[in-house]
Amino acid sequence: MQKLKLVMVGNGMAGVRTLEELLKLTPDLYDITVFGAEPHPNYNRILLSPVLAGEQTFEEIVLNDLDWYAQNGIELKLGRKVVDIDRRNRVVIADDGSRAEYDRLLLATGSNPFILPVPGHKLDGVIGYRDIADTRMMMETAKVHRHAVVIGGGLLGLEAANGLKQRGMDVTVVHLGGWLLERQLDETAGRLLQTALEGRGIAFRLGGVTEELMDNGDGRVCAVRLKDGEVLAADLVVMAAGIRPNTELAEKAGIPCNRGILVSDTLQTFDPRVYAVGECANHRGTAYGLVAPLFEQAKVCANHLAQFGIGIYKGSVTSTKLKVTGIDLFSAGDFLGGEGTETITLSDPIGGVYKKLVIKNEVLVGACLYGDTADGGWYFRQVREGANISEIRDHLMFGENAIGDVGHQGQNSTANMPDDMEVCGCNGVCKGTIVKAIQENGLFSVDDIKKHTKAASSCGSCTGLVEQILISTVGGAADVKPKSEKAICGCSDLNHGQVRKAIRDNHLTSISEAMQAMQWRTPNGCATCRPALNYYLISTWPGEAKDDPQSRFINERAHANIQKDGTYSVVPRILGGVTNAAELRRIADVADKYQVPMVKITGGQRIDLLGIRKEDLPKVWKDLDMPSGHAYGKSIRTVKTCVGQEFCRFGTQNSTQMGIDLERALSFMWSPHKVKLAVSGCPRNCAESGIKDVGIIGVDSGWELYIGGNGGIKTEAGEFFVKVKTAEEVMEYSLAFIELYRQEAFYLERTVHYMHRVGLEHIKKAVLHDEARRKELHRNLVFALSLQSDPWKQQIEQPALNRQYQRIDVRPLESV
Amino acid sequence: MNWLDICALDEINPLGSRVVAAPGGDIAIFRTASDEVFALDDRCPHKGGPLSQGLVFGNTVACPLHNWQIDLASGAALAPDVGCAHRHLTRIEGGRVQLALNSKEECSPS
Ligand SMILES: Cc1cc2nc3c(=O)[nH]c(=O)nc-3n(C[C@H](O)[C@H](O)[C@H](O)COP(=O)(O)OP(=O)(O)OC[C@H]3O[C@@H](n4cnc5c(N)ncnc54)[C@H](O)[C@@H]3O)c2cc1C
Ligand code: HEM
Ligand code: SF4
Ligand code: FES
Repeated sequence: MQKLKLVMVGNGMAGVRTLEELLKLTPDLYDITVFGAEPHPNYNRILLSPVLAGEQTFEEIVLNDLDWYAQNGIELKLGRKVVDIDRRNRVVIADDGSRAEYDRLLLATGSNPFILPVPGHKLDGVIGYRDIADTRMMMETAKVHRHAVVIGGGLLGLEAANGLKQRGMDVTVVHLGGWLLERQLDETAGRLLQTALEGRGIAFRLGGVTEELMDNGDGRVCAVRLKDGEVLAADLVVMAAGIRPNTELAEKAGIPCNRGILVSDTLQTFDPRVYAVGECANHRGTAYGLVAPLFEQAKVCANHLAQFGIGIYKGSVTSTKLKVTGIDLFSAGDFLGGEGTETITLSDPIGGVYKKLVIKNEVLVGACLYGDTADGGWYFRQVREGANISEIRDHLMFGENAIGDVGHQGQNSTANMPDDMEVCGCNGVCKGTIVKAIQENGLFSVDDIKKHTKAASSCGSCTGLVEQILISTVGGAADVKPKSEKAICGCSDLNHGQVRKAIRDNHLTSISEAMQAMQWRTPNGCATCRPALNYYLISTWPGEAKDDPQSRFINERAHANIQKDGTYSVVPRILGGVTNAAELRRIADVADKYQVPMVKITGGQRIDLLGIRKEDLPKVWKDLDMPSGHAYGKSIRTVKTCVGQEFCRFGTQNSTQMGIDLERALSFMWSPHKVKLAVSGCPRNCAESGIKDVGIIGVDSGWELYIGGNGGIKTEAGEFFVKVKTAEEVMEYSLAFIELYRQEAFYLERTVHYMHRVGLEHIKKAVLHDEARRKELHRNLVFALSLQSDPWKQQIEQPALNRQYQRIDVRPLESV
Repeated sequence: MNWLDICALDEINPLGSRVVAAPGGDIAIFRTASDEVFALDDRCPHKGGPLSQGLVFGNTVACPLHNWQIDLASGAALAPDVGCAHRHLTRIEGGRVQLALNSKEECSPS
């Protein structure tokens, strides 16, 4: 098949990211030609500031070296500016006369610095701050000249001022506004920042209006004259007063522009063959000036270019961060607030900490942090998700880690961490390693970091820390999406919610069918998506979808828990923790017969036989003659119980029997993640019902139900859900909630995270306020469970399943 | 070359594996979706995890212990991990899987 021709104009961050996304989707659809006006391959523009400040070198900030273009068969025309587009003949023409035909054209021309049209703006020594050439020129000037004036006290201007100061110049920032960064900070934070920068020797003229740039007589600038008459010496003037989308080429070609090239939700211009992404594009009235939204555009544009057509770009919420080493500020969303909003502020001017959160209708809509930005990423996520915060309002100001977090020596902020401090306890990855990987490989997301360093790839408890390191290294360019928006894995662009919906809407019942319908990019998925798909299929279509053991992790395939030496552990079901002499005797006999290295009482009130060889598993199960306790799966685990009314002098309810009944009812249930219950007989709560997915506490007049508790990496107390009178009601409400969770949660999402995502109100509406819905949910789960039976029995009895436990002995063939 | 008879192809599930008890230690035999069969020492180059117990996709197996991804054809760990599992030769003759032990030092697991 003849390949289509794709031409890209502008070899910058948004454009090249689009090509990367496109190549991931369809490596062979297009012959690609790229024109770049700069003589460099794609580099990380946002790191020009650390380069200027002497913290990094030009070589370090290259994102795609020339090899990358070659390996992907991209024809790269560097140092060539496209000057014309002949849309009738579908050809672009560059300034050296070279031409390229296109079937699809991608404009990614970025933007230009806005140069104030004051007298003298064309003098030597007056520049914008945009590219490597500008940065070089600033570095050279700093070697031989003394006085610099930066016009504009925004992010770019301050980063320029800081860099020039680091290189030894005397720097004055002339800023029109009443305080610095008025687009990112409120006045209080702006003043704190100014004080900190003045402490570093940078001078400011706030409210300063530039009237003229003065000539030294040789065509070079020598001073800046302000409106109030003050004259500032200046051998270098950096204009950082804003950027203008670079639409020159598009306008010339007759493509409609209005402060940016106008694009649709699929990033197409009015000419559907011509796409535009990046700072040059105006989407729904906004031209973005930060990397993160541009990367979202890139993804959608690539999807459309690949002819998939399932992506839609709806605009982005942005966040910003100033990249001046040693100064921490962060802002996101609507941080100024206004009518209909409430603000919570924390202000410690002496300690140099200021935090402001803006809330509207119980949703966090903006945040502005100065001095302590450790929770920036977390707040940003709350803003983007639009989650209801009424339940966490009390500790919102203290951030994500206001509740205990174990396994990182109590660290919850990376700001003061030394480079050699361990961040990921599972894989032994230190902060310095992560920072280095981010800088050297140009990483923008936690997923990228996982792939390059392994940090956060195991238990995931350090994800928040890794995210912070990412944000403090690349600032607003960090791609910190919530799981609800992230693609399920590299095999698809759909997120978990979209996959669940497609499976339900299209009645998909097998993995191959699902992958086909959703256009999976890989023939049989990967270790991330297959277990998720399998769960979604069997939970959505019980009895119809066929469980695929090959898509389950080993524990759920072998129905035992793999240990680090490759042996397994066996935990038989002991309902409610109540056993008897006959069972204990059989367990003891098995321990003797198979020389079990360790017999342990688990925290779930049952007995664990550890160190069993795989080939012995079926025999052990047979000898035990007890059903599986499912201690190994994303499934029901145990129902922990206390002694209760029958024996305990405080007991108000028969907690043990309630626990036994619940555990029997839920036996063999699969779920998005593990599900643990507990029943206590009175509020002394000996069974620890407060940290269970469903916790039940007997009181004199009935039972209280708590949901969404968790004793894991982060201890989460359950939320009070409802009080009921009878044991039958406990059963109905608990099962209805669990079924809702089974239907709606994402794979590997614990009840607490599910609850935070959808909101407690949503769960109450379905289970408490709507009796018909509750009964239906309860019925659905009872039906699904009626199809399940003891997996150990199946493994023993069915040869196709039993095979995996048998090792094969080798038989020589005659030599051939 | 000494070929050993292992089992019928049907006795390995597609995207599944079996363990062969060989004199020099266990060998994992994998079957892919396209019915190709590969054999590796059943020891992950990371910390010796039993690769036979991993999840198979494409021509890759994910180790059950810490999720290293191992290329079935070469035995090499995929980036960012470095290391490799010793590989053996396989073929399918008349619906039966055959294995030839490979004693060459092709890689040094780290
Ligand atoms: C110093 C500095 C610091 C920054 N810091 C941050 C930050 O911390 N966080 C953040 O999110 N963003 C930051 N930004 C902004 C970020 O770099 C931009 O948003 C991003 O680079 C825009 O990408 P783009 O692809 O749209 O444009 P660019 O990366 O500018 O790419 C456009 C390219 O097209 C070329 N071009 C233009 N016209 C033509 C033509 N006719 N023919 C051929 N080539 C052409 C240009 O030469 C340029 O190379 C910073 C920017 C600067 C300058
Ligand atoms: C996310 C972190 C956790 C992981 C990865 C984890 C992992 C495991 C594993 C692998 C087992 C099985 C042991 C075996 O039989 O071989 C187990 C069992 C158990 N875990 Fe955890 N666990 C975690 C957190 C917790 C927490 C926070 C609690 C309690 C508050 C807990 C309570 C239990 C109990 C009670 C058992 C016994 C199993 C049973 O009887 O069902 N676990 N866990
Ligand atoms: S929770 Fe109450 S009823 Fe149960 S054992 Fe403790 S004190 Fe007794
Ligand atoms: S032993 Fe295989 S990944 Fe660790």
